[in-house]
Amino acid sequence: MNRRDFLGMAGTGVTCLLAPRWLQAAMAPAWGRVLVLVELQGGNDGLNTVVPYRDSRYYELRPRLAIARDKVLPLSDQIGFNPALEPLMSAWQSKELALILGVGYPQPNRSHFRSIEIWETASDSEETLQQGWLARLFAQTPPPADYTAHGVVLGGAAGPLMGDASHIVVQNAEQFVQQGKRLTASQTVSHNAALDHMLRVQQETIHAASTLQDRLAATPTLEKEFPKTPIGQQLAAAARLLGARVPVVAIKVSHGGFDTHVNQRGTHDRLLGELATSLAAFREAVVKQNRWNEVLVLTYSEFGRRAGENGSNGTDHGTAAPHFALGGRVRGGFYGQQPSLTQLSEGDLIHRVDFRSVYATVGKRFLGTPMDFLGQSHPPLDFVA
Amino acid sequence: MDGPALGQPSAPPGVVTLMRTLSPRYLFILIATLAPLSAGALTPDEARHLLVRTGFDASPDAVTKLAPLTWERAVQQVLNTAHEQPLTAAPTWINDLPPDPRQIKELDDEARKQIQKQTRERAVELKTWWYREMLNTDSPLTEHMTLFWHNHFTSSMRKVKWPAYLYRQNLLLRRYALGNYRDLLHTVAHDPAMLVYLDGQQNRREKPNENFARELLELFTLGEGHYTERDIKEAARAFTGWMVDRRTGEFQMNARQHDGGEKNFLGRRGKIGGDEVIEIILEQPRAAEFIVQKLWREFVSDKPDPQEIDRLATLLRNNRYEMRPLMQALLTSPAFRDPANRGALVKSPVELLVGTARQLQIPVAEPFNLARAGIRLGQDVFDPPNVKGWPGGQTWITSNTLLARRQILEQMLRGAEMGTTRKSGTMTASMNDVGDMDKLKPLLLPLEPVNPPTKDQGTQRLRSWILDPVYQLK
Repeated sequence: MNRRDFLGMAGTGVTCLLAPRWLQAAMAPAWGRVLVLVELQGGNDGLNTVVPYRDSRYYELRPRLAIARDKVLPLSDQIGFNPALEPLMSAWQSKELALILGVGYPQPNRSHFRSIEIWETASDSEETLQQGWLARLFAQTPPPADYTAHGVVLGGAAGPLMGDASHIVVQNAEQFVQQGKRLTASQTVSHNAALDHMLRVQQETIHAASTLQDRLAATPTLEKEFPKTPIGQQLAAAARLLGARVPVVAIKVSHGGFDTHVNQRGTHDRLLGELATSLAAFREAVVKQNRWNEVLVLTYSEFGRRAGENGSNGTDHGTAAPHFALGGRVRGGFYGQQPSLTQLSEGDLIHRVDFRSVYATVGKRFLGTPMDFLGQSHPPLDFVA
Repeated sequence: MDGPALGQPSAPPGVVTLMRTLSPRYLFILIATLAPLSAGALTPDEARHLLVRTGFDASPDAVTKLAPLTWERAVQQVLNTAHEQPLTAAPTWINDLPPDPRQIKELDDEARKQIQKQTRERAVELKTWWYREMLNTDSPLTEHMTLFWHNHFTSSMRKVKWPAYLYRQNLLLRRYALGNYRDLLHTVAHDPAMLVYLDGQQNRREKPNENFARELLELFTLGEGHYTERDIKEAARAFTGWMVDRRTGEFQMNARQHDGGEKNFLGRRGKIGGDEVIEIILEQPRAAEFIVQKLWREFVSDKPDPQEIDRLATLLRNNRYEMRPLMQALLTSPAFRDPANRGALVKSPVELLVGTARQLQIPVAEPFNLARAGIRLGQDVFDPPNVKGWPGGQTWITSNTLLARRQILEQMLRGAEMGTTRKSGTMTASMNDVGDMDKLKPLLLPLEPVNPPTKDQGTQRLRSWILDPVYQLK
């Protein structure tokens, strides 16, 4: 199903009739749940996020960048948080935060653009795909036709929704509705690809604005104050959509600035702090809305960074890194394995978990979708109950 | 890498307050001056295509000048307008040097804030300066090419943090905009803004920083798959010691930081330096192909034709990387002229904003408001989202920017109509006198409009064309 079909079918309720029998026999998709993807743009340094503070190799590799042992917030007797992540401790302690360690893929690519494309399309390292992994998921298991959109992009590029997934890009929901209402469509298709794209976006906007309008009007604005940072404001907008029960499957936000080649410490600590305070505010707001059990927050980034620091008090493009899964259905704890600092591949960490296993978990365990498009070699993990 | 492409949510820009009048005479002149066509001449549709693709707008004047020419001559004429210097007076601070970082450390908070404030103000001045140049230039092609190179050899205010360096980079890009690509590449590699942007200052013999070397190969010259990780490391070594001298603000070769040892780069072995790295790159046939493909996507269509790329890349190499013969060939190529490629590309925010202001002859009192509108639409000049630049094409259009584009165009039209209300009756009358308003259409629209036709004449019809999705194509 492409975006056009999705719109054409809006309100007709024929989706279930069209679903193949094998799909009906499998578990039903858990529409109503919402995946919140947090892109850490630029390549987040995993070793200074989740710190192997007992490993002397870490301190040898990073004489100037390492986080002092007594500053680390211990999560186990081996690894702990960067102190800037303190606001996430409460979620960790209440077992709502999973740390997936050593996430990456074979034959890692160190280009920002290529590697984020690999992550966002769930391709092999050498394979180029046109559709984002959520677009591929929705092509296989279409969400209900009366949904506002498959996904809402609140920050950065469409990424995982790139391609045929219907998605809207929103900065301010109220303004979106107000302006979207005024659009009229006299033509909806064209053989000119550029024009066809414009008409398609216009149709999606008209559709989304009309479904958003009543829900937003009926929902009071957020009580919770969010940080005044871009990521804080994006997560506030996400919480607003969740509070208004806007029917979408995925919400994407983006937190930029992780490409820390130079003078990393101050920048990186600040970015992690902004992330943690914003996620903590988000958790509090969504718990209050009684939607926390329907929400899964997942971070991703194009790569981690090299194990050793560079000559500019920074780190260069690397490979594997830890990622966070946060939500009411999350089984807190560690998943995967901390990459070794003695067995490196040309100075880079060797990944322990393929990122597609993380996606398989999201699909099979959280959204109840079969995820066949990922192939057979990426078994799900257990971080979703 | 920097943050997301889209600007911060903001109040609608006050474009209205800046635009004064859309002169009723304008419509009259526009139609009256369109010359009758002679055989073999450029149709208004063809003239618009050439002008809008290479510049911003199709003014009646420019269309009339091109009309009697053959396509070959018309392209020559457009290329001949190019100039190497801007017309707009430079800001006053362009030779100021950035403060010494050691001194900044000793400053108190208040003094540091003062410097930050000054930098922000200068950034605004700089963006204003470029928009003013784009609005007033008699060579839109020069601006179009400069913007193309800015989106290729990217540098951003966010990282460089010194507007004077970015001003100087802009001068560099426009000086070589239609010059020699080899010279451009060498000069860019020595450019202070570029050295700061891609961490040349940190590229030292003991600890090479790969940032510039990687992007040089991946984004500037060859593209992924045409070099190895090893080549990046070797090239980074070759560029060690290429820095900005803080005392002069100019390039310096810091011999103490340069690694003069043997390197193995793209199959060549020897005591290779940065200049040799660039020369070795330019010897690869791929180097010409890569830049020709990018120019094709900018000027022709988003589907490069492999045979044509091959032909044009060979031509570029045979002309020792001179840009003019290449551009002449590209703009006279069958694909560029093919009616199927009309309206096949989406106008960038800068093209839409500057093009509309120029096309409707809207006097813009405060060009920074156009820059602010550009930010809302996803194109903040001097601040591309990351080193790859603006992805462009269809990605310009999302639900968010679709709404914002419409809102900004409405404001521009409203601004344009302001001051004409008293005379609007006169204007409509003059329109009817002139007769067929449809003569205007090919100057504005590359395809038939998709919005329902309006029976209104004059400004109402103009409005419906400007607000038609087709107007945003080129």
